[in-house]
Amino acid sequence: MSGDRMAKKGGNMSTLSELLIIAVGSALVSNVVLSQFYGLCPFLGVSKQLKTAGGMGVAVIFVITLASLVAGMIYRFLLEPFGLEYLKTIVFILVIAALVQFVEMFLKRSIPSLYQSLGVYLPLITTNCAVLGTALTNVQEGYGILYGVVNGFATAAGFAIAICILAGIREKMRYNNVPKAFQGMPIVLVTAGLMAIAFCGFSGLL
Amino acid sequence: MDAAGYQEQEPTEQKAKEEKTSSKIISSQKYSLWKPLINGLVTENPTFVLMLGMCPTLAVTTSAINGLGMGLTTTVVLALSNIIISALRNVIPDKVRIPAFIVIIASFVTIVGQFLEAYLPALNSALGMFIPLIVVNCIILGRAEAFASKNGMAASCMDGLGMGLGFTIALTLIGCVREILGSFSVFGISFKAPLEHIGMAPAAIFVMAPGAFFVLAALNALMGVVREKQIAAGKESRIRAGCTHECTTCGEDGCVHRFYDEKGKDAAVGKKAE
Repeated sequence: MSGDRMAKKGGNMSTLSELLIIAVGSALVSNVVLSQFYGLCPFLGVSKQLKTAGGMGVAVIFVITLASLVAGMIYRFLLEPFGLEYLKTIVFILVIAALVQFVEMFLKRSIPSLYQSLGVYLPLITTNCAVLGTALTNVQEGYGILYGVVNGFATAAGFAIAICILAGIREKMRYNNVPKAFQGMPIVLVTAGLMAIAFCGFSGLL
Repeated sequence: MDAAGYQEQEPTEQKAKEEKTSSKIISSQKYSLWKPLINGLVTENPTFVLMLGMCPTLAVTTSAINGLGMGLTTTVVLALSNIIISALRNVIPDKVRIPAFIVIIASFVTIVGQFLEAYLPALNSALGMFIPLIVVNCIILGRAEAFASKNGMAASCMDGLGMGLGFTIALTLIGCVREILGSFSVFGISFKAPLEHIGMAPAAIFVMAPGAFFVLAALNALMGVVREKQIAAGKESRIRAGCTHECTTCGEDGCVHRFYDEKGKDAAVGKKAE
């Protein structure tokens, strides 16, 4: 959808404003969790405390941005020249799994302080469908490598915003008197639904 | 060949561990090929009981027909990948089993995706990105790990069909609820005109993103009440050992147990301890 819009307006618009539109669109207007439904498992599972939610958010930003870059490069320089586009799902999921392992090892060796704060979340991210979803969206929308990376970063930032808000609400909600049947997961889902309504308000932004 | 060897063929180390914990349960049950099917449909329904695969559950259930299509697509992938993983379970080295499973699953997802693109383009565009994302649906990897890598081909096929059909029924039900409330129609049959005649308007929010969360929350609360009643009536509780809630209402940070059934869970815990 935004790809078409870009193609139409692309002629008279600077790259920077196009990138800004992509970024705002991915982070707020079509928020990755609240309107696209990618990455619900960590969104519901790791949002009990603001601190862990923040850690998860940063880890997701890190991995999705990197995965967008690597997947974009592999698609552009390996799959496209050889006409192997149909293999993209298999290739991307393996690249993401390997990348997460690699990032984990790299952080452990060279930046132990960052590993301390992100390490536990990294293995969880491999099966986060937001990562694969973003990589595939980049390809489907025909974004180049630069646009893909910006889109990946913005998508992940949208995830971080959503999970931090939910964690903040859940921390406050712990002291609320929730009806018995809705205790636990149901009230979290209702909260997420209300957040999704709030995020619908951004749709007039673009 | 595999129907009879359903429980004998487990690796001996796991068997030894299981004998400690759940030998009573396993030896007292007679396995048939129907058991894994019923297990997936009712006892361990992936959506209502295990709460797995939430992303497609919420995203594609804007109408009953989309839910049905997504469910059947997942069923095909699940059954086929279960068969192949079960056939290769003695060949795949234990250390690289997860990447191997992912490659097998991704191959089937690609094949099924190409089929849909060629023969059912309308469904393909309605489900969109969630066809390739079947790869990361935790139901499939969960069943590969918990069932297909330990059981024979026929049993694994039935398990895949059972889990897949359980998922399909759940998705179709959620799709029905959202479509009826949100657009006054079901499976494309509209009953909008008579209702609008008496001054009722469809609640469009139910086919939008927030409605998905609300419908699932209501279903979840309902499940919780039913479960509570069952426990009060003295029926077997499905709360896992060491957990305070059962998985449906838990939401524990990064809990891995929910991905496994009783047998698989014991194996996973055992591996961690080594």
